[in-house]
Amino acid sequence: MWKEPRRISSVARGNDMSKKPHDTPLLDQLKEGPWPSFVEGLKRLSSDEDKPYAGMMKDLLGQLEHSYENRMGYWKGGTVSVYGYGGGVIPRFSEVPDKFPESSEFHTLRIIPPAGLHYSTDLLRKMCDIWERHGSGLIALHGQSGDIMLQGCTSENVQKAFDELNEIGFDLGGAGPALRTSMNCVGHARCEQSCYDEVRTHRTIINGFLDEMHRPALPYKFKFKFSGCPNDCVNAIHRADFAVIGTWRDDIQVDQQEVQNYVAKVGRKYMIDVVITHCPTRALSLNDDDTLEIDNKSCVRCMHCINVMTKALSPGKDRGAMVLIGGKRSLKVGDFLGSVIVPFMKLETDEDFEKLKDFCETVIDFFAENALEHERIGETIDRIGLANFLEGIGVEVDPNMVNHPRTSSYARMDDWDQEVEKWRARKAEAASASEAAE
Amino acid sequence: MSEATQPRRPIESGVMDPFPYMHPLLKKNYGQWKWHDRLRPGVLHHVAHGGDEVWTVRAGTQRQMDLHTIRKLCDIADQCAEGHIRFTTRSNAEFMVSSEAQVAPLVEKLQDEGFPVGGTGASVSMISHTQGWLHCDIPGTDASGVVKSLMDELHKEFIQEKMPNRVRITTSCCQINCGGQGDIAINVQYTKPPKINHDLVGNVCERPAVIARCPVAAIRPAMVNGKPSLEVDEKKCVCCGACYPPCPPMQINGPESTKLAVWVGGKHSNARSKPTFHKLVVAGLPNNPPRWPEVTEVVTTILYAYKKNARHWERMGEWIERIGWPRFFELTGLPFTKHHIDDWRGARKTLNTSTHVYF
Repeated sequence: MWKEPRRISSVARGNDMSKKPHDTPLLDQLKEGPWPSFVEGLKRLSSDEDKPYAGMMKDLLGQLEHSYENRMGYWKGGTVSVYGYGGGVIPRFSEVPDKFPESSEFHTLRIIPPAGLHYSTDLLRKMCDIWERHGSGLIALHGQSGDIMLQGCTSENVQKAFDELNEIGFDLGGAGPALRTSMNCVGHARCEQSCYDEVRTHRTIINGFLDEMHRPALPYKFKFKFSGCPNDCVNAIHRADFAVIGTWRDDIQVDQQEVQNYVAKVGRKYMIDVVITHCPTRALSLNDDDTLEIDNKSCVRCMHCINVMTKALSPGKDRGAMVLIGGKRSLKVGDFLGSVIVPFMKLETDEDFEKLKDFCETVIDFFAENALEHERIGETIDRIGLANFLEGIGVEVDPNMVNHPRTSSYARMDDWDQEVEKWRARKAEAASASEAAE
Repeated sequence: MSEATQPRRPIESGVMDPFPYMHPLLKKNYGQWKWHDRLRPGVLHHVAHGGDEVWTVRAGTQRQMDLHTIRKLCDIADQCAEGHIRFTTRSNAEFMVSSEAQVAPLVEKLQDEGFPVGGTGASVSMISHTQGWLHCDIPGTDASGVVKSLMDELHKEFIQEKMPNRVRITTSCCQINCGGQGDIAINVQYTKPPKINHDLVGNVCERPAVIARCPVAAIRPAMVNGKPSLEVDEKKCVCCGACYPPCPPMQINGPESTKLAVWVGGKHSNARSKPTFHKLVVAGLPNNPPRWPEVTEVVTTILYAYKKNARHWERMGEWIERIGWPRFFELTGLPFTKHHIDDWRGARKTLNTSTHVYF
């Protein structure tokens, strides 16, 4: 049961370096088995008697064992931050500080990793050294939003730990009603299926809106995620308010010789069962000479055939990205997947990136001004309707935004002719633009 | 304020530039990769347009790592790889090397140090998990312990690629579901309305915000024992726990009432079928630390039914889509109850409005 906050003075914490460890018979059972054990790690830290965190980790193990015994959690929130920022630290105060005084303050610092989660051992070692001096020694790589989570810091040490991390290039991530830390897939760095420069896009967007991350003032959280292709390895459609996903507009690139090699290796039946018939829009056909025919106009760029035949097939050359907005989990109206808002945009020139950044700003501003408190942007769209949202952010309708047109007749359509005119005008404009380009 | 006590202003640097930390071959061939294949489970081989090749060895970690584990990974990277590590979204560590000859010693070293090599292709990768009792303020269960127990059991499916397609498992310690969607998801399911400590509500909770948080409008203001508090219409309450984070005196957890549920068929990728949400299969499983054996039993039952019956490249949800839910419940031996029928917004779209049935 929840109790009033209780602070333990640093005097009461004591400096007894040879503090006796708590018995942890339940946790000890998680030391066994072939998978790496987090309990062994916690125990190692608790027995580092010459380190400042040994006592804290003994009590942390004690509290965790207490949870395992009673099947209840014993942390509560509070307010802890670093100078100049309003978020990024997750405060945790124990509800059982009398039993486990040294881990009574066990805050997390959410730290933004290098985009794409690339590290040199030197950088990781420096981070560990700082956390050895000021924290618990416990680090999660990585949290669900993509943060390095430095778990276990006293209120007193939060600023010290952050200052040193900040000096070697790390910044604090997002928490609360704010722009959150983002993620991109490995992408351009080591994947041939990548359709845009994920690192540049990720850093351009997030670093362009750091004020929204560090000084939380949005109605609720706002998450970006960046996946290089429709395989969506960072789960952007489900998990991001704003998903940027790579795709292409022209034809799949085919190396017919490699297609034939593949068929020769796996056999025609396997090729038909596993590649041809798995195509969701029946766009594939196997020719009599074991080459592949692709109806590219019917292709929805799902990636399946490219995933299976990595040597023979690759995404087209006219690559770019699409934007889906509104993904989120249950709270409070139910689960949403992001839905298509921008079916395609190029991401190559400085102007392209500037255009995406401006668009993000428009969407964030719309969210800030129109979402209700504690409402995700997907819920706002659900509440006001997609058409109103599009009008609010200045995006024209596109049939790629829907699975199918409306099935309900209950709508007022007396401006039908004006809307048809808009569509025709846009089509004419697009036609003359493409003529001019040729 | 004197010079000495002037607080340090943060350098608002944001997302770090990864290029100084990236493996040199990845940096050199950024955006220039041509194709890839896999030498063995856990080993990727990428070839660039210019002819450069890089080998990547993937190894599982416990995610919640102590300094010594991270330093050990660094030692391995310095001794057997080329000083660089990257991580996947599922907490696997990846080591890049520039020659095939370095692969076998690296694999051996990782295995000797207790890091399983695998998690690629049609394997069961590391379970994505949340904070649980270790660090969350509202958890119904632990996360690291559930994952450790399951991965001990599924270790053999991590180090080989013998599944029909990749299997992504997630866990979440409350119904907010921070763990996200998965082929198999193990999530907390509360079974009782919150127990309210009326002495504390007035001082601790912003009551209108708590009332607004309830998805079924079951919370209303009340005076209890002369103090301003909140009450819950327990007939309306769906026991979701949404009121608990903004109002800790509305305790949603109980050692017996907090249960676990298993969901299947969530998929992030757009490959073949569109992304999907996971669907309920089993609820009412006991929250049983330290190893949650009842959960493991259900998960392995589902997993091996999928392994035995699905076609190559079918994800869990796609397999069920083909064989139908009646056959899924038959093959797994799991019961179908009234609780499997959705009654939330849009539920009608989940009903079978056709003559398509399976016998």
